[in-house]
Amino acid sequence: MRTRIRGWHVALVGLVVALAVPAAGVSEVTQVPTKIGPGEGALSVVEWGAYTDPSFAKKFEQQTGCKIKRKDAGSSNEMFNIIHGGGGGGGGQYDLVSASGDASLRLIYAGDVAPVNVRLIPSWKDFLPTFKSPPHNTVKGVHYGVSLQWGPNTLIYNTKKVKPAPRSWSAIYDPKYKGKITVPNNPIQIADAALYLMKTKRSLGIRDPYELTKTQFDAVVALLKQQKPLLKRYWLYPADNIKDYKTGDSIIGATWPYQTLQLQAAKVPVKEIIPKEGVTGWADTWMLTKRAPHPNCAYKWMAYAATPPVQAQQALVFGETPVNPKACPYMNRIQKGSCAGYHQNAPASYARSIRFWKTPIKTCGWGGRTDCMDQQAWNNAWASITG
Amino acid sequence: MAVDAARGAGSLRGARLRISGIFWRRPWLKLLTLLALPVGAFVAVYAASLGAMLVSSFWTSDSFTAEIVHTWTLDQYRTIFDLGDPTYLRIAARTIGMAAAVTVTDAILAFPLAFFMAKVAGPRTRAFLFVLVLLPLWSSYLVRIYSWTTILSATGPLNWALNGLGLPDAQLAFTNTAMWIVFSYVWLPFMILPIYAALERIPGSLLEASSDLGARGARTFRSVVVPLALPGVAAGSIFTFSLTLGDYITPLLVGGPGSSLIGNIVSEQSASNLTFAAAYAMVPVAVMAIYIALAKRLGAFEAL
Repeated sequence: MRTRIRGWHVALVGLVVALAVPAAGVSEVTQVPTKIGPGEGALSVVEWGAYTDPSFAKKFEQQTGCKIKRKDAGSSNEMFNIIHGGGGGGGGQYDLVSASGDASLRLIYAGDVAPVNVRLIPSWKDFLPTFKSPPHNTVKGVHYGVSLQWGPNTLIYNTKKVKPAPRSWSAIYDPKYKGKITVPNNPIQIADAALYLMKTKRSLGIRDPYELTKTQFDAVVALLKQQKPLLKRYWLYPADNIKDYKTGDSIIGATWPYQTLQLQAAKVPVKEIIPKEGVTGWADTWMLTKRAPHPNCAYKWMAYAATPPVQAQQALVFGETPVNPKACPYMNRIQKGSCAGYHQNAPASYARSIRFWKTPIKTCGWGGRTDCMDQQAWNNAWASITG
Repeated sequence: MAVDAARGAGSLRGARLRISGIFWRRPWLKLLTLLALPVGAFVAVYAASLGAMLVSSFWTSDSFTAEIVHTWTLDQYRTIFDLGDPTYLRIAARTIGMAAAVTVTDAILAFPLAFFMAKVAGPRTRAFLFVLVLLPLWSSYLVRIYSWTTILSATGPLNWALNGLGLPDAQLAFTNTAMWIVFSYVWLPFMILPIYAALERIPGSLLEASSDLGARGARTFRSVVVPLALPGVAAGSIFTFSLTLGDYITPLLVGGPGSSLIGNIVSEQSASNLTFAAAYAMVPVAVMAIYIALAKRLGAFEAL
């Protein structure tokens, strides 16, 4: 008899805990912490490969005792899937996610990430104004994360095989390079084509490559469908993209500065350019998940990653540009001239000229229209283009 | 536990006898107790997840927050079977076609080897061949797929060998052909083993009887060996067919533009549009149900 009562006790307690835990999670998110408590000894991140590279993360682990566990993602969709899947809010597994602009708004509206108190990030006040409260991570004045790094989506080509040197995005739609072109396997790639049409086919009246009406969208999708037979493949992982230029399977395509740097270091004759139509770009944010098991370590990392020396180190490991301009001298110290190389010292207008990734939503940012194509439409169109 | 210990050994034996008495009087209870764990696991883990998938395929997801909206609808299936935009039908057809091609290829490759192992080779050679067949399974399948991307790449060993023979480059990297080659390679052991098991069960006396009755090798093969080995081929084909049907890594790594299989779409949509992913994942379930029904007719389950 006694044992049976115990069993019921356990079941009852289990039920109460199961009911109370999600409730506790919900009530907590309305307020942000006002100081960072002692570290929990661990930090679990979903990141773009090398975003917590040991070359600068080791020191953090030693200083704070927060041991970093990493999970690399290959695309924004994959990142969103990891954080949103498993019950949402990081599933109680992950603390931070280095979300790009095409995933960050989705994470905010899906309720997966928590508001962040930027006063606990001392370097935040030094950030470029564009990245202090950008629309992709700040909603109605509430910060859902700390901006990190940014960079352009560039055109890469093999200097021995592609002559004359391309100057326009038209090169990746050119039958001349049939079977040698590679582009990223990511629905946000539609924006690259939209930007190209925005500049070359003005009759479409595209104002923002992420805010497309049905007519504009159909024209962009048609262009991408024409491009498909010219492609070698759609790449998902940067490592695959690098390999394709090493083996010669690809000689021209869309890439990130990271791959170009890796290939140039491996003595592959490649060069990257910003074509005359301009480029889309990404701006990444460290976002804190709603059910983060180690929030103090997460705050410690966000503060650490925003400091000038770490910003500089990460920028040069990954080939991107810090949001903190004070990183400039540190970049030059590690690699001479790199600050100018990554446009870190360029005027703020440079960062503003890049069309940063953002989640496509129904509300167009222009003309008060609400019939723009949303992320779901982009995903479906991408499946019909690539599949 | 403390109570049990206090009672001592005598009453413990009594309890044991009482329990075995209960089981003896009610045989069905014994069976139920023995099967409770596996059946419970099957129902909770396997059937329940399939059921959840089926149910959610009749819901929709909010296009922005990815929240599931619990209203019954056939929208997801309408998207799949949309004749105006047959993207998903095309991908399903490609997947089924690829699975069929891989299965036929593997059956053709596996049969002679399995026959040699079962009927011709001595014990030592047979053991050696077994190790060879199973050897690839010792290494990660990712590694093996990646090595194929190197073999087939523009400047890889294949083109190097072809150029050495004075032949032009084979443009195989990142094509559906590459996918077919790699699938056939990775699933081959799963075809060889069931065919071997079926062939091994054919008594040598049947082959002797066939030749005593005047049948030559080809006739014996056609009329005796193939009919008896068919259940093995059917069993192996269930493996190769279903493994290809559900794979999404191979298309990702060796496929080109237009190589997406059902698995790729399911994996891409699994969080942003879970209900569609669930509906699309029902397609291979339905295909496999039909396939297994056909394989059962061929006696696949007697050879497993």
